[in-house]
Parts: sequence; C-alpha cells; structure tokens
Amino acid sequence: MKFAHEKSSHTTVTLTVNGQNHLFRLGEGPREVAPSDTLAHTLRERLGLTGTKISCDEGACGCCTVLMNGKAVLSCMLLTVECEGKEITTIEGLGDPVTGAIDPLQQSFIDHTAFQCGFCTPGIIMSAKALLDDNPSPTREEVKEALSGNFCRCISHYHVMNAVMDAAQKGGKV
Amino acid sequence: MKNYRYIGKSTPRKDALDIVTGRTKFINDITIPNMLYGKVLRSPHPHALIKSIDTAEAVRLPGVKTVLTYQDVPGWKAGFPHHVRILDSKVRYVGEGVALVAAETVDIAEEALRLIRVEYEPLPAVYDVEESIQPNAPQLYDQFPGNVFPRDNTVFGPHTLNEVVMGDIEKGFVEADFIVEGTYAYENIPNPLPPESPGVIALWEGTGKLTVWLASQGPQIFKAAFQRRMGSINLESYGSPVGASYGSKYASWQYALPAVALSKATGKPVKLVYDKTEHLAAFTLRLGSRIHGKVGMKKDGTVTALSGDWLVDSGAYSECTQAMVAVGCGEAQLMLRCPNWSLKPKMVCTNRTASGQVRGFGGQELKCALIPILTLGMEKAGIDPVEFFKKNYVKPGDGFYWREGVWWVCEGMDYSKAIDQGAETFGWREKWKGWLKPTSVTGTKRRGIGVGVHGNADAGEDVSEVYVRLEPNGSAVIHCGIAEHGTGQRSSICKMVAEVLQLPLDRVFVTPTDSLVNPIEIGPVGSRGTYAIGGAAIAAAEDAKRKLLKLMAPKFNVSPDELETMDGIVYVKDKTDIRIPWIKGMQYYGSIMGHGHFESDFSKPNFMMIFTEVEVDTETGKVDLVKVVGATDVGQIIDPLSLTNQLNGCLGSAGIDSALFEETIIDQRIGRIMNANMIDYKWRTFAELPEMEHVILESSFPTHRFQAIGVGEITPSPGPSAVLMAVSNAIGVRIHDYPITPDKVLSALGKIAGRREGENNK
Repeated sequence: MKFAHEKSSHTTVTLTVNGQNHLFRLGEGPREVAPSDTLAHTLRERLGLTGTKISCDEGACGCCTVLMNGKAVLSCMLLTVECEGKEITTIEGLGDPVTGAIDPLQQSFIDHTAFQCGFCTPGIIMSAKALLDDNPSPTREEVKEALSGNFCRCISHYHVMNAVMDAAQKGGKV
Repeated sequence: MKNYRYIGKSTPRKDALDIVTGRTKFINDITIPNMLYGKVLRSPHPHALIKSIDTAEAVRLPGVKTVLTYQDVPGWKAGFPHHVRILDSKVRYVGEGVALVAAETVDIAEEALRLIRVEYEPLPAVYDVEESIQPNAPQLYDQFPGNVFPRDNTVFGPHTLNEVVMGDIEKGFVEADFIVEGTYAYENIPNPLPPESPGVIALWEGTGKLTVWLASQGPQIFKAAFQRRMGSINLESYGSPVGASYGSKYASWQYALPAVALSKATGKPVKLVYDKTEHLAAFTLRLGSRIHGKVGMKKDGTVTALSGDWLVDSGAYSECTQAMVAVGCGEAQLMLRCPNWSLKPKMVCTNRTASGQVRGFGGQELKCALIPILTLGMEKAGIDPVEFFKKNYVKPGDGFYWREGVWWVCEGMDYSKAIDQGAETFGWREKWKGWLKPTSVTGTKRRGIGVGVHGNADAGEDVSEVYVRLEPNGSAVIHCGIAEHGTGQRSSICKMVAEVLQLPLDRVFVTPTDSLVNPIEIGPVGSRGTYAIGGAAIAAAEDAKRKLLKLMAPKFNVSPDELETMDGIVYVKDKTDIRIPWIKGMQYYGSIMGHGHFESDFSKPNFMMIFTEVEVDTETGKVDLVKVVGATDVGQIIDPLSLTNQLNGCLGSAGIDSALFEETIIDQRIGRIMNANMIDYKWRTFAELPEMEHVILESSFPTHRFQAIGVGEITPSPGPSAVLMAVSNAIGVRIHDYPITPDKVLSALGKIAGRREGENNK
C-alpha cells in the first residue's frame, strides 16, 4: 500500500515500519519530525517502538540495530529524513503478524537463555536476523563477524552464538 | 544429588518472551503524561569555585520549566559520610553537576544548558592518590583535611571493619623464611558500563508523596536511605528491569536526587537519563587501588605476616568507599590464612569523577594489587600459585573478621576439589613451567598462564523478607522487591517456590518491584540472591504450604503432616485416590499468606577461581586472551544457563578485560576523561572471544533446603590478577599495573622507553 502523494516532498517523509505506512510532516513542532531527528528517535518517541534501544547513540554499540530494506542498519546513525520510502523492520516486527507467533530466531534466544539483562538483545537479534536472511547457513566465524558490532556487557555472547547457530541449523523451524 | 522438578534444570526465563520481542520496558522506555525531561549542566573544570551563575536567559527559553543551581536545590546530602550535595558552590571533578534544567523536551533542556552563564574561579587539582595526601596538595573538602576520608565510620555498625590488624606482625616477620616487598596498583578505574545508562523518573506530588522509577539493582535502597533525609516523605520506589548494573546502579542517588529536586520544583514527573558521555565521564566507576606491601612467607607457602598501606583512590567523593573497604578487608582474609596482619587502608579523594560500587566491591580492587605482591613470595619459594591458593583459601573452622567487625568461623566448604578439577580442566600442570617462564614460545608469540582467586561471605548478607501468597486457583504470588538486572534471579526464586509448592512454573509469579506492595528488599547484590533472597522465598513458601495443609487437613480427617500438595491439589501422602483442589479449602474469595525471613549469615563464603592463558606478541606488544577456565562450587545449580551466563560474565563489566584494555584515561593537564565514548573506551566484541570453560561442582552447601550458594557477583574478580600473572610469565618480566596495553609490554621488554603521557599510574 502506498500513499496517494507518494512522491517525496520537502515537507513530509514517509516510512514503512513493520508493514505499516507512516507519513510525517517535517518541522520543529511537537507533532513533527525534525530534520535532525534520527530514525531511532522517531521509532521510539513518535511510534512508541521502544524495543529499539539507544545506548551509545553514536554508532558504536549496535543496540539500535533495525532492518532497512532487509539490511541491518544502525538507526541512531540515520536521519529519519534519509529514510524516505524505506521499509523498516524493528524487533516488534519479527514473527508472524497473522498468528502472532514469534520468529524461530527469537525462540532460539529463549531456549538458550541467550541474554542476561536483555538491553542489547533486540539489536543482537536484528543483526542476527539480517545475517540469517542473507546467509541461512553461516559458520560460527560468520556469526561472530556479523555480530561484532553489537555490544553485550553481561557477556551473553557464548549463548548467543549457540542460539544463532541452532536457529540456522533448524532452518527457520521452531 | 536430589532429582528436582525445576531446580538444576534449564527453564526459560520468566521474562524471556518480553526480552526477545522488545516489550521489556527499561527506564527510558517509560513515559508518563506531562513528563518533563531533566538535563545537567556539568563543570568543565576539575576543581573550581562557582563565582556566579546567570540562569535568566535559560529560564526565558520557551519550554523550560525550571533551572536550579546550588542556591535553589534542597540540602539533602549523600555519600559516606554524608557530604555530597546535589549541587555545590564548589566543583571537584570535570563533569560534576553545576545546574539542573527541566524542560518539555530533551532538546529544549539541552539548549537551555547552553544559555546558562557560569563564572568559575579555577583551583589547582590533584589526581594521584599519593600526591593528594601531601601537605601542600589542593584540598577538596574543608571537613576532610589532607584529602583523607575518616577511617572510623558506622556504615556496617559501630565496629565496621576499617583495616586488617591482628596477631603480632613483628613476630610474624621474624618467623618467615623470607620477606618480599613490592608496590602494585589497579587504578585504571574501569567503567562497568552497562548498555543502559543510569536513569530515573521522579514525581513529587504536593508535600506528602514522592514516587521514583529507578534503573536500579536495589530500588528500595534509595527509599531506605533517603526517605528520612527528605523529611519522611512517603516514598514509593519502582524498579526493574535494569539494563544491567554490575553493582553500579544501586543506591542510585547520583542520578535520582537531581530528578527529585527538579520534580519538587516543578510538581511534574521528571525523567533524567544520562547520555553515554555522561555515563562514561560523570558517573561513578571503580575505586583506584595501590598497595605498598610486605609479606613474610615460609618455604612451604605458609604466610606468617602481611603488612601494607592500601591507598584507595575514591575520586571526588565517597559513594560508599568505606563499605567497599570493609568488605575488601574481609575478603583478603578469606584468601589468606595468615595469623599476623597489618593491612591499613587510606581512603583518599582526588579531582576525578567519583568511584562507587561495582561488582567485586572493594575486594577485586584490593586483590588486583595484593595478589601480585603475594606472588613475589610464591616466586621466591618456588611454589605453584594453584597450590598456594589451595593451601591458603579459607576452610571450615578458619576464622575471619567480616565487614561489621565480628569474628566469624567458616562453616562452608573446602573448595580444594573445585581447585583441583579446575586445574585439570585447564591443563595447569602441563602448562605451568615456573615463575616468569612462558608455557610456549613460537616465533614472536609467547604464551603464559596465570591464576587468581576470590570469595565473598556477603553471599549470606543482610535481611530479606518475602511473602508468598497462595491463590485458590492453584497459583502463587511471591511478594518480593527483587529487581531483575540480568542474573535471572526473579525467575530463580520462582523456581524455588514452585519446587517447594510443586506448582507448574507458569503458575508462580513475582510482584512488580514496587515498594508499596513488597516488604523491604536490599536487592540481589553480593551474590546474595540465591542464599539470602532465595532463603526468604523458600521460608515463605514453606510457611504458606504449612498453612494450606493445616486448612485442608479436616477435609481428609488426617493431621497436616500426612498431606502433600502438587499442581494445586492436596492429597494424603502415597495415596492419590482423594484429591482436593486448593479452592475447596480457601474458597474462591480466600488466599493464604506465608511469611519468610532471612538473617545475615557470613559463615559461608563463596568461591571463584579463574585460570587464564594469554598469548603475547613480543613484536607488537599485543596481548590476546586465549583461554579462560572458571572453577567454583555452588552447592546446587538452580538454573544451569543463568549460571553459565554469570560465569561467562567474568570478561566484561570491568572484570578480566580491565587487565587487558579497559581503562578510563584522564588527561591530567585538564582533568578530563579522554575516552568517554564507546569507540575509545575499549570493549570485547564477538570477534574476539576466548575459549571459555567452567568447572561447576555441586557439593551440597549447608545453606537452605536446596543447598545452594550464589557466585554471580564475584565471577570477574579473580581475573585481572590472573592475567597479570599470565603476561608476566609469558614475557619473563613483571608488570606492576593494569591494563597491560601494548606499550607497557614493549616497555617491560625494553623495546620502547617510558610511559604514555596522561598515564594514571605512577
């Protein structure tokens, strides 16, 4: 579905987030998206999608990772105005929207207790999701490489590795 | 070993679904109607008097609701002793608060900060712990002459442990076969750096009520500490979940009090969340620790005397340094069976951001400097450090002074078996070639091994109160103020209660961390979750079960002790023909409340040993951590995956990696932290994981019915000194401080001269 006035303008920005279209007016007012607003800010403060976490807010920790047109991106390093017409998937958008079933990758994180405090978990899951979508049978080294931009201070890395490898081996089945 | 339904088995964390779907609400995910946003103007000077502050322009900015300075804020004081104001007329570190703003948005608040004009009178600053105690050093506080915090304190009662002095130190040195002396330091003041920055929402309503939502491991501690200081206001605290803490978010006043002041001034809820720069450059971090020590030792590794000056660098104030020193002094004795001691701490303030509590709590800071001094003796005696630690770690029957100054006798277990199995799993015997000798040399790569030890009697610290409420539908609600900060402890107490009541795990719940509905709970700190909080939860469940069976007994015409319950059904033991659900006794309108209580028990120290293998590149100076083996005995595993998570946590949160690359770097010319971002503050990535293995024994610890003891807090603490030992062995030269960065390795090898500018250490 697209908005009637799908042509981009200097006064609005349109995003598709988790399958839903959103049209924002640009400006500095309380109901508008400022040109300086990051995608992470818009997702959290305007759409209430607080599953996307902000930790460093400068592209170092990966906590704010979301998918943009299927690729993992750091939403704190993108201005919302740069995302015109893009398809964004956040942690809230994983799983089956019809049945409500969670993604097998999320289930694998539950099964392996692949988290401790859980703050960095959404970002790690989104990075891992982008990897598995692109490369369904990664090696352990490939998983490490794909997640090397994700900070986890509790050191859940070892369980995360097991969770991602296990999810890959099950090939998308729970 | 007993075969339990849940205990010792992996079960999904109760909060797992919320975490993996992003539904978990951390502090910065919570929004309250009419909420304002707080921001702090911070000092650019390490030491200065505030001559004037002009807030007029900031106040006029549309959207700004209040601007507070030291002249406006309430006079509440925090720290030990109570000496830290929310804002003061003097600043003592770069990053200290100078003014507070509450505004409609974060952007407006930040803009307002830029409009505040402050005139400072800069003062000379001091950063080194020994320079700070010189007679001509700049003085931070009028009330602490010589920049030394008072040794006498009552943080743990009238006899709080403030040194380790016992026996006859002179006689001890006379009895020694040899005496070694040295200075080692652990003062890279690493930041535990949880991903979630410190944050709070405060709402001061009228004169009677204050509500705080805290990112805190012990949200009720803030209430317990400050309710009275705020004029006995009715303070309700909410906490949990916490985007990790590692000890650092506990009393929480550093970030809570400014928000409370802003809410009091505006009458509106105020959210104040640090950004990452503030978290790294203005929040509390580890203590600095330096020891000039002397050890008397016999050839067989018996320590006859230990004396030392322990210089504790607390930074600009003491958040709870005295408490950490007390616990550290206790923990030193757990590691070392020595009859003659004279270990004297001196708690010193300097012009850098303050130190506060972090897991390891004084003991890690102490040991990282003390163990290397002991190794000088081990080297002279030619003793294998594993054998030394095995001989000297506290055993049942040994005594020690604990933090409150009381002499306790160990009633725990002998950890020798865990040590032996850890050494075997690591391959210690094959890899140990002697002191300052590498395990292997391949070209420019030299491997070395090292071992460290730590233990804490706080695993049984303090009082816990828990209620367990049985519902007629065959479910149980645990009223407990325990916060979830990553250990899975909220799930673990559900497992314990489900086991006692034989309920399905999905029918056992814990109340939200709300002080209005829960009895006092100081929180899962010091590894106390398993024994202390778990002990109270078990006792409450047992009490509830007793009451339930008493209620049901008349229906069976038997005595209560002939009854058993499972899955919300009551039956006569070994007879399942008559099965009566709880609701038949309680009726649909009734419930049963059990009460559980835990009292401090410091007689059962826990234990952690870390074995490390490093590879040093003698050409580049880079040190790689190759292998880590942790060894412990937990009595009984509650949840295997939560436990291995905790043990793997030995690397991060200012743990093992504080020996390798984690450090807070201060430019001593201007007093600023130079690496207050997550690129320059180094942390371990997925691409650099060492091989990790754990030896976990379950020797039925004499604690509660599940015979378990917690170890979560202490897992990183033995690591740094183990790495220091491993690197020294690899390169054949001793290194005296942390972190062991390439320049220090090359300098030790004589390949480059001198030290870096801005180096924290002497």
